[in-house]
Amino acid sequence: MTALLNIKTSRTKLVRDEKKEGKVESDRKVVHLKVYRKNPKQGKSSHYDKFEVPVQRWTTVLDALLYAKSYLDKSIAIRYSCRMASCGSCGMKINGIPRLACYTKVSEIDENMITCEPLPNFPIIRDLVGDFSDFFEHHRAMDPFIHNQNANIVDKNNLTEFIQTPEDVENYLQFSYCIKCGLCYSACPSVGSDTKFPGPQALAQAYRYVADNRDDATQSRLNIVDSKHGIWRCHFAGSCSVVCPKGVDPALGIQLLRGHLLSFSKNDKKLAESRTRTLGKI
Amino acid sequence: MKSSNEDRIYSDSNKRENREGLRAWLNPSRYGWERISYWLQRLTGVFLLIYFVGHVIETSSLVDGKDAWNAMLELTQTTWGHLFLILVIGTSTFHSANGIRLLFTETGRGLGKPGRPDYPYSPVSLNYRQKSGIWIALLLAVTAMLYGASILFAGE
Amino acid sequence: MKIHYISGIAALFVVAVHIIMRLVMPFSMSLEYENVIANYQNIAYAVLLESILVLIAIHGFNGLRIILIEFRQNMAWENGVTVFTLVAMIALIAYGTRTIIIANGLG
Repeated sequence: MTALLNIKTSRTKLVRDEKKEGKVESDRKVVHLKVYRKNPKQGKSSHYDKFEVPVQRWTTVLDALLYAKSYLDKSIAIRYSCRMASCGSCGMKINGIPRLACYTKVSEIDENMITCEPLPNFPIIRDLVGDFSDFFEHHRAMDPFIHNQNANIVDKNNLTEFIQTPEDVENYLQFSYCIKCGLCYSACPSVGSDTKFPGPQALAQAYRYVADNRDDATQSRLNIVDSKHGIWRCHFAGSCSVVCPKGVDPALGIQLLRGHLLSFSKNDKKLAESRTRTLGKI
Repeated sequence: MKSSNEDRIYSDSNKRENREGLRAWLNPSRYGWERISYWLQRLTGVFLLIYFVGHVIETSSLVDGKDAWNAMLELTQTTWGHLFLILVIGTSTFHSANGIRLLFTETGRGLGKPGRPDYPYSPVSLNYRQKSGIWIALLLAVTAMLYGASILFAGE
Repeated sequence: MKIHYISGIAALFVVAVHIIMRLVMPFSMSLEYENVIANYQNIAYAVLLESILVLIAIHGFNGLRIILIEFRQNMAWENGVTVFTLVAMIALIAYGTRTIIIANGLG
């Protein structure tokens, strides 16, 4: 039924179909890139530039863009760093869906024209580069650090250790894998219209700290998100989890957080035991 | 710890730049079934609100006597009126069934537990158990529409 | 949102009863003036209709309010939307209640 209605599921985007890629690649040696160009300092208008780029089986969209930048038009502005889906810098809208350019192979995209646009919901700095300041501000607003009265952070000779079992870690581990790439923020329909909404990334991080049993500030974290433009503007459209490249599943975090707020989930987190060790003594 | 996020976040100014806004709402098929259900829930909700206002007004013709009531019936008991009513039956069934699904999922139930993400990173919240809730809602809506059609068009 | 969840689930129950009531007699008969008025005379049914009116008005206009406050984030817009939906809701409930009371008194 899904294929019948041509509806993209999370699987079709993330699981590589190697037979298809092989066929696409043997048929294709060149791809057309359509790149969004805009320089806000030189006016409000934007246009698209087209480039023809040679490709091989392993060429990613980032490789193609860097080829265009190196040999065809030096002025294209692109943000990238690790080239291995670890830093989260190269997020952009590729053929209508927010993706990491380094993580998207050209052969994954069926069409001959690959359209690269800056991530929606971020103000544009230039071409494909967006301004992440609001995004980071929303994240900071969640107080993204462990808060624990027992942790000794003043005396450098005394180390506080928390005892966590593997089960304790699994409660929050996947949410800690977030690389702040902004794809979920772009995909979210609530972020698209509500400027005060923190976005799936920030809310999932709020849950990451609530679920972590080293953190004892659950109530104040719940108070931060419990506002009209906070968690209540999420309606489980699920697009954030569909586009997340690291399997963070922010939608899960947000719904679980809401369960805590509505007291459907038990707020009986058992805080991790801690012990202090003085340096020099083993 | 700040108690409210809203105090720290600022005015409208350039925060609206490059937001997808209504365009994000136009095409829901890019992101899978949950996005479609979100779109349909809103669409059916607004449609049903408009119908409800109309319904209260039309049934209020009762107080003006039998003639007024019959005049209203002439307007609404037509083929187009029946088709519209069938649409209302379908949308209300979908909205209710999907709403019940959302009551569960939006409180974190039926979504599975967090764990260690491994490639291909299929998000556990978008599992088939809650996704099938959407399909069941659509199926119930179609069934209800067919049943409604069988009653409304029985005599014609 | 809590209002939305609670009004939604409560409305579902009462609307289900309303729909089933419409099926107790053949459809064409159920719309005749006398039969409809007879329903309004029944006090339990009148109470049912009133609760449907209130719950659905709350759920519907709250839903509209939720959709509208996502468009703009300044206080003027938010207050405007809240006032508008509240007024519309009260107006609809008042109008519907008037119908139920008058119809209950007829005949």
